[in-house]
Amino acid sequence: MTKKIKNLNLNFGPQHPAAHGVLRLILELDGEVVEKADPHIGLLHRGTEKLIENKTYMQAVPYFDRLDYVAPMNQEHAFALAIEKIMNLEVPTRAQFIRVMFCEIGRILSHILNVTTQALDVGALTPSLWGFEERETLMTFYERASGSRLHANYFRAGGVHQDLPAGLENDIAKFCETFPKTINDLENLLTDNRIFKQRNVDIGIVTKEDALDYSFSGVMLRGSGVPWDLRKSQPYDCYNQLEFKVPVGKNGDCYDRYLCRIEEMKESVSIIKQCLAKMEKGPVKTYDGKITPPSKKEIKQSMEALIHHFKLFTEGYRVPKDEIYTAVEAPKGEFGVYLISDGSNKPYKCKIRAPGFSHLQSMDYLIKGHMLADVPAVLGSLDIVFGEVDR
Amino acid sequence: MKNLVDLEKKINSELGTKINSTKIKHNQIYIDIDKEDLIDVTLFFKTNKDTKFKQLIDITVVDYPEESLRFKLVYLFLSHEFNQRAIISYSITENEVIPSLTSIFPSANWMEREVFDMYGVNFKDHPDLRRILTDYGFEGHPLRKDFPLTGHTEVRYSEDKKKVINEPVKLEQNYRNFDYESPWEGTKYIKEQTNNNDKKN
Repeated sequence: MTKKIKNLNLNFGPQHPAAHGVLRLILELDGEVVEKADPHIGLLHRGTEKLIENKTYMQAVPYFDRLDYVAPMNQEHAFALAIEKIMNLEVPTRAQFIRVMFCEIGRILSHILNVTTQALDVGALTPSLWGFEERETLMTFYERASGSRLHANYFRAGGVHQDLPAGLENDIAKFCETFPKTINDLENLLTDNRIFKQRNVDIGIVTKEDALDYSFSGVMLRGSGVPWDLRKSQPYDCYNQLEFKVPVGKNGDCYDRYLCRIEEMKESVSIIKQCLAKMEKGPVKTYDGKITPPSKKEIKQSMEALIHHFKLFTEGYRVPKDEIYTAVEAPKGEFGVYLISDGSNKPYKCKIRAPGFSHLQSMDYLIKGHMLADVPAVLGSLDIVFGEVDR
Repeated sequence: MKNLVDLEKKINSELGTKINSTKIKHNQIYIDIDKEDLIDVTLFFKTNKDTKFKQLIDITVVDYPEESLRFKLVYLFLSHEFNQRAIISYSITENEVIPSLTSIFPSANWMEREVFDMYGVNFKDHPDLRRILTDYGFEGHPLRKDFPLTGHTEVRYSEDKKKVINEPVKLEQNYRNFDYESPWEGTKYIKEQTNNNDKKN
């Protein structure tokens, strides 16, 4: 007697705790082995690019917070750099250090979330409890600088919105002393953990060539042994004055990517320390009156300043006609902004290049032939946030 | 090639007629080509030992509705080996079908699907050209300049039909696009004043 065997189609998500957001993944299963994966994305599509085309340059900044919402300021950085390059603006040194420092804080925020939730996906609860406590501290730093824990809206073309409040630098320095211990604790729980290794070693292997072909960037690329970091190779702001190492993996599996993220957190702590040491008192915004609104004090004293303040916040500043692509090393990979300005106060076109988009697209290639239980592990190590994938 | 000027020379001599114009700006090379040459140029860029643009960063479109060649296709490439970025572009009319890069770069798959979804540009030989970011059953191409910001339909749960339905957008107040553009060009006044203040302090 012959039996007909049919492959099973499984709908993973859109509401699944291991899908890291709203991912609908259609899996074709042969027994427990995945034959094909078809991610359906766009459930969080908000039309960010269309909205940015209809807003002035200053109004467009908050949209960048809402892309990768676990490391908001890194995205703002790319947009600010694009405008600065077109307008040839010089950013004061203090502002550069503040921006780099907050970008590294963002990197730690993102990596903690990723490492601990990946552990959660493969069965370890404690790391996320310990990690999220530290994230809370870091978000307080965000709040003290920008007034908001998540959607900071802090970076401006030509600097940052305002100077750091008194005492914040000391508190960040204190955090840098205590945080390495937390990383060690996390490592004690995970790095040599038998279950964690069984679930991650040799899972989702990416070769060097495939990593390039699939447009991987960031940890996904470095995990496969390509020493590429935009902070080193195309340094922006003050990264060329800072010393840090770029951790590179060997096997290109989920475990190597985890190790890279842990090492990057340690490097980030060292970068923050260097920023704090090198930061000097000074202006935090460019003096260019075409971009920077006058201070509150000036508005109270001068009619002209009041008019300029009004014009800058209604009409906004104009950006000369140009076309540019700028990229930053966001925690998840290369985050880029392709900006076309037409000389008016709104961008003509603003294409956002999100690293997660290319990473998620390789899901089919990564998961083919693996077991169903490996899907959350691979998905976790891709470091997907749907804010940026769907835009 | 170590620097962009050499690269520009190399491209112009090797590809000759396939290149319409090249330009170096913002430490990137901008290359204008014809639609027919896309595959050849891309293959050259990826495989030649002096270029090695091994990564396709992104594909996008710029919409110029007033022009006869309405869409400008833009391809961003990165060479890790020489640490260079190249931007290749060409323009097409509204209904033209363009070659797909999926056979050269597998990552082009979703990027071209996004271009198709957002601008309605069709690709030849694409393995799986479906919409990607918009909803199932969505109509129109949202990033075209003539697509309204508020969209055409809105989604809600209908208590009568017991399901989610699409219906035409009803707005209490129309979207107001304030046009503040004026001949005002900013000022140097504030700059001077702040500089003076600094000196006093």
